[in-house]
Amino acid sequence: MGISMLKEAVEDWHRFLKDRNVNSRKVKVHVGNGLFLQKSWESLCVGDVVKVSKNEYFPGDLLLLSSSYEDGVCYVETMNLDGETNLKAKRSLEATLCLDDDEEFSRFKAKIRCEDPNPSLYTFVGNLEFINESYPLSPTQILLRDSKLRNTEYIYGVVIFSGRDAKAVQNSTRAPSKRSKVERKMDHVIYVLFAMMVLISSISATGSALYTESEKEKRWYLRLRENIDDLFDPSDLVLSGLLQFIRSLILYGYLIPISLYVSIEIVKVLQAMLINKDLGMYDEITGKTVEARTSNLNEELGQVEMILSDKTGTLTCNQMEFRKCSIEGISYGGEVNEVDFVASERMNIDVERHRFSLDGSDSTGRSIEMFDLSTADASIEKEILHCNHGLDDPKAQNSRISVTGKESIIKGFNFRDDRLMDKMWIYRSNITDMVTFFRVMALCHTGIPVENNQSDRMMYEAESPEEVAFLIAAQEFGFKFCERTQSTMILQELDPSSGLVVKREYKLLNLLEFNSSRKRMSVIVQNEDGDIFLFCKGADDVIFERLADNGRTYQQATTLHLSNYAEDGLRTMVFAYKRVGLSEYEDWNSIFTKAKATISSEREELLENASEMIEKDFLLLGAVAVEDKLQKGVPECIDKLAQAGLKIWLLTGDKKETAINIGYACSLLRLDMKQLHLKLSTKAESNQVKDVKEEILLQIESYNQMIIQEDKKDSPFALVVDGQALQISLGSNLKHLFFSLAMNCDVVICCRVSPKQKALITRLAKQHSGKTILAIGDGANDVGMIQEADIGVGISGMEGMQAVMASDFSLPQFRFLERLLIVHGHWCYRRISKMILYFVYKNIAFGLTLFYYDIYTGFSGQDLYDDWYMVMFNVLLTSLPVISLGVLEQDVSSDVCLQFPALYQQGQKNICFSWKRIVGWILNGILASLAIFTLNIYILSSAAFDQDGNVADIEHIGTITYTSIIWTVNCQIVLMISHFTWISHVLIWGSILCWYIFLYLYGLFPPVYSGNVFGIFTEAIGPAFIYWILTLLVLVVALFPYFIHITIQRSFYPMDDHVIQEIKRHRRDITDSPSWLKEQEKSKKMTQIGFSARVDAKIVNLKEQLHQKRKSVYSSLTNSPIYKSMMREETSPQ
Amino acid sequence: MQLKFLQFRSSGAAPKVLEIVDRYDVECVPPSFRSNKLEYIKDSSIPKNCSRYLQVNKHMKAPIYIYYQLDNYYQNHRRYVKSRSDKQLLYGLKYNYTGSCSPEDANNGLPIVPCGLIAWSLFNDTYSFFHGADALKVNRKNIAWESDRNHKFGKHVYPFNFQNGSLIGGALLDPAIPLSDQEDLIVWMRTAALPSFHKLYGRIEEDLHADEILEVKILNNYNTYSFGGRKKLVLSTSSWLGGHNNFIGIAYISIGSSFIFIALVFMLLHVKNPRPYGDTTNISWTWTGISS
Repeated sequence: MGISMLKEAVEDWHRFLKDRNVNSRKVKVHVGNGLFLQKSWESLCVGDVVKVSKNEYFPGDLLLLSSSYEDGVCYVETMNLDGETNLKAKRSLEATLCLDDDEEFSRFKAKIRCEDPNPSLYTFVGNLEFINESYPLSPTQILLRDSKLRNTEYIYGVVIFSGRDAKAVQNSTRAPSKRSKVERKMDHVIYVLFAMMVLISSISATGSALYTESEKEKRWYLRLRENIDDLFDPSDLVLSGLLQFIRSLILYGYLIPISLYVSIEIVKVLQAMLINKDLGMYDEITGKTVEARTSNLNEELGQVEMILSDKTGTLTCNQMEFRKCSIEGISYGGEVNEVDFVASERMNIDVERHRFSLDGSDSTGRSIEMFDLSTADASIEKEILHCNHGLDDPKAQNSRISVTGKESIIKGFNFRDDRLMDKMWIYRSNITDMVTFFRVMALCHTGIPVENNQSDRMMYEAESPEEVAFLIAAQEFGFKFCERTQSTMILQELDPSSGLVVKREYKLLNLLEFNSSRKRMSVIVQNEDGDIFLFCKGADDVIFERLADNGRTYQQATTLHLSNYAEDGLRTMVFAYKRVGLSEYEDWNSIFTKAKATISSEREELLENASEMIEKDFLLLGAVAVEDKLQKGVPECIDKLAQAGLKIWLLTGDKKETAINIGYACSLLRLDMKQLHLKLSTKAESNQVKDVKEEILLQIESYNQMIIQEDKKDSPFALVVDGQALQISLGSNLKHLFFSLAMNCDVVICCRVSPKQKALITRLAKQHSGKTILAIGDGANDVGMIQEADIGVGISGMEGMQAVMASDFSLPQFRFLERLLIVHGHWCYRRISKMILYFVYKNIAFGLTLFYYDIYTGFSGQDLYDDWYMVMFNVLLTSLPVISLGVLEQDVSSDVCLQFPALYQQGQKNICFSWKRIVGWILNGILASLAIFTLNIYILSSAAFDQDGNVADIEHIGTITYTSIIWTVNCQIVLMISHFTWISHVLIWGSILCWYIFLYLYGLFPPVYSGNVFGIFTEAIGPAFIYWILTLLVLVVALFPYFIHITIQRSFYPMDDHVIQEIKRHRRDITDSPSWLKEQEKSKKMTQIGFSARVDAKIVNLKEQLHQKRKSVYSSLTNSPIYKSMMREETSPQ
Repeated sequence: MQLKFLQFRSSGAAPKVLEIVDRYDVECVPPSFRSNKLEYIKDSSIPKNCSRYLQVNKHMKAPIYIYYQLDNYYQNHRRYVKSRSDKQLLYGLKYNYTGSCSPEDANNGLPIVPCGLIAWSLFNDTYSFFHGADALKVNRKNIAWESDRNHKFGKHVYPFNFQNGSLIGGALLDPAIPLSDQEDLIVWMRTAALPSFHKLYGRIEEDLHADEILEVKILNNYNTYSFGGRKKLVLSTSSWLGGHNNFIGIAYISIGSSFIFIALVFMLLHVKNPRPYGDTTNISWTWTGISS
């Protein structure tokens, strides 16, 4: 217990150090007379005026007073709060704009009245009394703790909530202490053993009392009537029985493996060390490794059934990359995605095999196939064709496939297409629209260029990382945005006619801002020739409905491309433009300016209407696709985890579209999945809570019906829930329905989820399903979820430390989760389960012999073994091999674990620590104790045990029996271990040797200390031949039941790991052969998510299409009389 | 005088070991006291002499070990086992703390050496062997462990105030002989592990020939009648496996043969129903796995 506490204390100390690190962060605080001094965060008080500089975190919830911008705007990044990567603009009150200098604050005095601290991130009620006037405050003026100042030099703010009153902190939940399922079950095992102990203790106590009572007269040599010993007092049997009971409890305490707790702690620390030191989980880029922050949960890693994952920073690396574009209805940047490629490749293997199985006529068969493919016009068939070519020349084709894993040279630009790159686009036929397309890209944004010293390429900062990606792409295509002033934007353009770079200035007339309801953004610019253009980018549905009739030339092709891009998980945006006549513009501008000048509440509506007036009759240019770049290895990792039988839920604070995109990118979603959207209709928003509930209930019920009706295997379901709907679904009366729906879906995506909701989902999912849940995230918004889950994992790659500090394991990269769970989780689960079972066995085998002997001593409580033997049992003689079992045991090696992720399901089904197993081991322990005791007693008691006619006394029999126990329990562990290292050998055989050495040394002590053990080994039992052959006999008999058990199991009912061990051991040569691969293939769990599942679905899909195509081709052929006879002959073998 | 049938058993596992066992606790009580043996044993005026005749069936090679066997005698009772003082046995009166020996730690205000219930209840039946009229020489030296004699029982510790109380337990000790030479005591103090036990009494150092009849003159002093304990006299030779012990041989043979039998069963099962190594039909995921 002491060791346990020590371990916890060390772990807490590390947490404390990290906490202190946060608390001692410095911020500039106003101390009076306009003087700002550095102070640590912990000394901040409500009402302090602070100055926060660019890229610093806010130390508490602040009221924004002023910023480095004249209009009091500042940009904040709230990634830690909601996972959104877009910068958010906050605006100070007009009244406080003047406070833009340190000096100003010497006289500053104001009063803020506001709500009590609460966890709601998106609301704030309060007012500011400043210079005798009261101004209402709204969330726009509030800078929340854990968000970060971006794109703004500095801000001044007043601390409203500090420390634990801050909204972000209010959102955090108390860190619960976690114990693994195995350990909780272990407690029950201990209860069983405890019951067993109490039972035999009471038998002993009753027996002793009865014996004392019945023998008090007869056994004169015991002199029981002279009660010098309360334990045997015939005059007070109850008392002596009670004392005997207590003594028995102490004696049979060996049944309760108290040392198990110590051993488990040691083993877990060592396991954690192995996890921390695993080179397979070392991130070379950050130089960080996986860190097991608590070692309590190692084995829980092997039982995870659900993963709740954050999106931003966990799956994605919060970096946008320009990937593809569709201009004038032609798609650039790679046509084939990986899924199609792998699918068609695998189909081609099938085709190959098929072909080999045919005889001579197959060449015709193939030509028919080619023919039928070449007649296909849909893009999918084209890809099959192209892959058929690929068979002949795979390298040439591979260049057309954009591979996600490849690192792009230019940050934010991962685009490869010879037709556009390196200024090649100027040689294309119709380029006017293309030029416009690039101009939209370079002009329609809010970004600002940042000087980059290293190269002539520009760097950009913008509200959203997408815009940065567009700007970088435009620069690559020859449209470099190089300067922005209040009203102009300057581009360096590549002039297609001359091929020269020219500098052009565009007058920025208006900017119609992006927001989530408009889903579009427009700029109105005037070029040097005086022509006015409106450039617009936005979501496809928004733009398409605003196209002019003559602007729909590319609509069909673009729509197809958009859906392809979306399936790849790319975020798409459609570009359109229109030319605006001067007079038309001026008319509109007057309306717009008027609307802008309005201060009343109608302002928004007026602006909206004004925008509607001009944003119409667009001409479609094309679409772009940017990739929210996934972290390295994420899709592969998700694929493996899915195969291991894990369910993956995505919980994100980001908006729905982004979440779905990422769903596609990670292969969590695919096109043929039925997406069930749970959301509030816009009308319902204003309605009563009751109606809203009704609506959600209705949706859930109809979806449930749908799932029941459909055959689930053919059409997988995905549930997409948004924050508001979730709020209601998690209410007390709906949550059961909601979770039963969610559990039936193959994947669940929750968007717009607040940190508190994340924690709530985690808790409810845990309660509802009873499954082991792992939550993984990187930001402060994931802390609740991480703490609530059975296992919390933090990503340590990014800068925020809150998630890591709350987590049980921290990973530098999401992809290490695969190895952490499938290898280490699997191992640790098996190790700890085996170890506990072995401990139970060992202590029963030992403890019960004491009880049996007690029966032979008239229940007097005499122990068979010397006290020192008993002390040594758990301390030295049997503890070390267990540690080697707990630390080094592996059923299969790590690469096999990864190849057969289905092995992981043993942990989910809790095979290694089921009650069946536990009872089995208890029985095994009982059998072993019986074998050891009876054999020793019967053989030794009857006559002399050596040639000199000496008879064995208690000490001899005890020592010989004890030797048998040491051999038996140590050899039992040999039968349990399947992976031997020299360490295990040293520990096991060393332990046995240790016993003899101990016995020898103990015998050397003077008899005053060693008593009857004095010289026992050298004089009495060592020379006695029977001692040695008896040990052998007992060993064989005691291990026999287990040996028979494993023989039967291995030969007739092998477990998964046994078979794989056999394959590995006996057919080592087939590791690369098809049958091994096939086995690997089969081992994948039937799952609907992950890359492999997607490929499988695609293959089914393609095959169907191919089949139908072929059918129609055949029917047309066979209908034609000329081919009829010929085809009949040649296709007959098929 | 009766001639009892002598029990004779020959050992299968260690054929050289021969054993003669004679239970005498009942036979040595005169028939008039058979119904009240307790009275007989408690009355010191009644002579306890008793003669037993043992027939030697086979030639027994020297040394022949003489044991007395007590059944249903709980020498391993915790109260009994504890009731001794190892330090006193070694240091004698120099060592005063003898609390564990209570109630047999002191008498008349003087400490008892050797103290404790074990010593107090020392076995006091004696045996003398006669070959016709000749006494058979019995060597009663070196019947205790050498380490006991040399290191645990003091060479200069003499019995003191022993069996002087109102309750006389077992044998008396000669106060002139140091404890290290009181081998009967040393043997007795090695408490037996089970309620039925042998204790070495002495050795006959000449061969006994087949069909010889030995007369054993027993002084039947020791009271086992109050608790129904049995007393036996055992003569036994020994082998490298120790004394007469059938069990280990039987155990080895039976367990060995049962292993062979089980091996055969498994072999048959394997032949009838073979499962090649690495056979994947047994893997759980191929049962439920992707059949499509």
